[in-house]
Amino acid sequence: MSEKKVKNQKNESGYAFLSGNEACVRGALMAGLNFFAGYPITPSTEIAEELSGEMPKLGRQFIQMEDEIASMGAIIGASLAGAKSMTATSGPGFSLMQENLGYAAIAEVPCVVVNVQRLGPSTGGPTSPAQQEVMQARWGTHGDHPIIALAPSSVQETLELTITSFYFSEKYRTPVILLLDESIGHMRAKVKLPDPECLKDVDRKAPTCAPDEYFPYDYFKDVPRLASFGEGYRYNVTGLHHDEEGFPTQRFDEINAWYSRAFGKIEKHRDEIELYELINMDDAEIAVISFGVSALSSMAAIKIARKMGIKVGLVKLKTIWPFPEKLIWDLSEKVKQFIIPELNMGQLIYEVQRINQGRACTVGVNRADGDILHPLQIVDVMLN
Amino acid sequence: MIETTQTTKQPSKRTTTFVQQYLRPHKKFPAVWCPGCGIGMVMGALIRAIDTLKIERDNIVIVSGIGCSSRMPVYLDINSIHTTHGRALSFATGLKIAKPKLHVIVIMGDGDAVAIGGNHFIHAARRNIELTAIVINNEIYGLTGGQRSPTTKIGTFTATTPFGNMDQSFDISQLAVMAGASFVAKGTVFHIQELQRYIMKALQKQGFGVVEALSYCHTNLGRRNKIKSHIDMLKWQKENVLPLKEEDKFKEGVIGRGILIDKDKPGFLAQYSKLIKMAQEQ
Repeated sequence: MSEKKVKNQKNESGYAFLSGNEACVRGALMAGLNFFAGYPITPSTEIAEELSGEMPKLGRQFIQMEDEIASMGAIIGASLAGAKSMTATSGPGFSLMQENLGYAAIAEVPCVVVNVQRLGPSTGGPTSPAQQEVMQARWGTHGDHPIIALAPSSVQETLELTITSFYFSEKYRTPVILLLDESIGHMRAKVKLPDPECLKDVDRKAPTCAPDEYFPYDYFKDVPRLASFGEGYRYNVTGLHHDEEGFPTQRFDEINAWYSRAFGKIEKHRDEIELYELINMDDAEIAVISFGVSALSSMAAIKIARKMGIKVGLVKLKTIWPFPEKLIWDLSEKVKQFIIPELNMGQLIYEVQRINQGRACTVGVNRADGDILHPLQIVDVMLN
Repeated sequence: MIETTQTTKQPSKRTTTFVQQYLRPHKKFPAVWCPGCGIGMVMGALIRAIDTLKIERDNIVIVSGIGCSSRMPVYLDINSIHTTHGRALSFATGLKIAKPKLHVIVIMGDGDAVAIGGNHFIHAARRNIELTAIVINNEIYGLTGGQRSPTTKIGTFTATTPFGNMDQSFDISQLAVMAGASFVAKGTVFHIQELQRYIMKALQKQGFGVVEALSYCHTNLGRRNKIKSHIDMLKWQKENVLPLKEEDKFKEGVIGRGILIDKDKPGFLAQYSKLIKMAQEQ
């Protein structure tokens, strides 16, 4: 089986032949993943299976939990003990994780949640690709909360964005959702392995103040440092609204202060968090906005269209949330049309339309039957 | 936030000083529990157990779910985490595996542990993960106003059983033993010193230790069932919860206290360490 060969492949050449799920594993291990709790679910299972072998070999922790709710709980607990933790799932499991995801958001606990999207709703199509959790990634859990969600559109990007997920989760003290899809998760490609020297520093910085001066939810810091349990800082973590010490509160001023700070920590750093690539956009009159496997369909469509003389470019989103509002706003004044191909009945398009405010024309190219978009489907829209 | 002044009598100076050592200095009291509640007694027993065993405070994490019982962690000056309803054991599992030196104590109520948390409870017992679970069983969902729980006795009137409960109840301790826990003991808040001994034994156990602390809710259960006060409920415990005979430990419907199981079985962490060694040698 080719997977076994890949496991033994040495890194000397600096390249590896990986599936998206395997690339996610590699990226996570490079970023320092040392706790994984998961539950089998197609098409993410390979991530858990691969890690069940790699983690013990590296002396790191792996556990298969009894369900996805427990997996999400376990990765939050582990993170509070100082671990870099991750779980991986798909649609039905992602739905189960929502309550605890909200917990991680309000308690500001770093962790990475990989959702290898499949056709839904409910059991749907376990082996079919889809991009139907765009909105759920933002609003799946109840309550107003900030979140970061990234979406790779190639095996290479999967490895890189997995590392970025850990970096953002630690830097912004937030859960980060990594939206893969079944086709990226299962496709194989040659991947250039990043030089370990060049990796961003994803390690958590411990607080330097005295324990009785430590405020885990300090109002005056964008992102207060998170002390790991067992290192001398004893504090309270709760899912209730809390004050700067972590004690439950119902005071309006203290709750408002949390909202300002928690939303602010993402808002103020949009420049760093909003990742995207602009392809052929310099003279574009039509902008295709896409992500994940649909971005691959889009790239092929653009090549075909350009040959036909159509001035079209691609905005390939790598960060879905926060949505790149300024980018789309600026483009809405330059281009005549936005085309939004996605493997769902229309989700990202609503964000585009919200920012666009009717300036450019917006058209979705949708598919939710288990197949990926054919480039000609996208070209067709450009011609009309 | 409305500040309340303490109107109850000041406890003796010796007790105040000792217990206060373990309470968070910045946390405002009185606690959220009703005067006369058994949960405070369990907190006292836990503090004395930790103190007697001289466990380093920085290395203790107390994890809870949601409910009156689960409000305990915030008052204690140790690492504390108040999680989601029924899921405390999963957070605790992650904590313990990521940092084995931590003593992880899990406080849950009956509904939290065996209703919504049932799956996590049986799996924590099955994997015999090195945690100490203290289930404070007051046979009701107190914090939400007194609805029945899976341990409410037949015939009891609650907010969701206005005609009297007709549904069978769990025996939490028997459930824990059958699921694979290596230490399970059942005590009451009346027999508090015995409860403290059970907590100490569970803390020293290298596996999943469960202490079921039979408590009461005079406010929501007692009132609806015409029980005059918490004193009557404590008296009931004194007169009716007798030491379990060996042959009665696994019988249906026998109310009692004692240690149901105290075995030496390898815990999850111990087994995983062996797995790491084996994986690295391959």
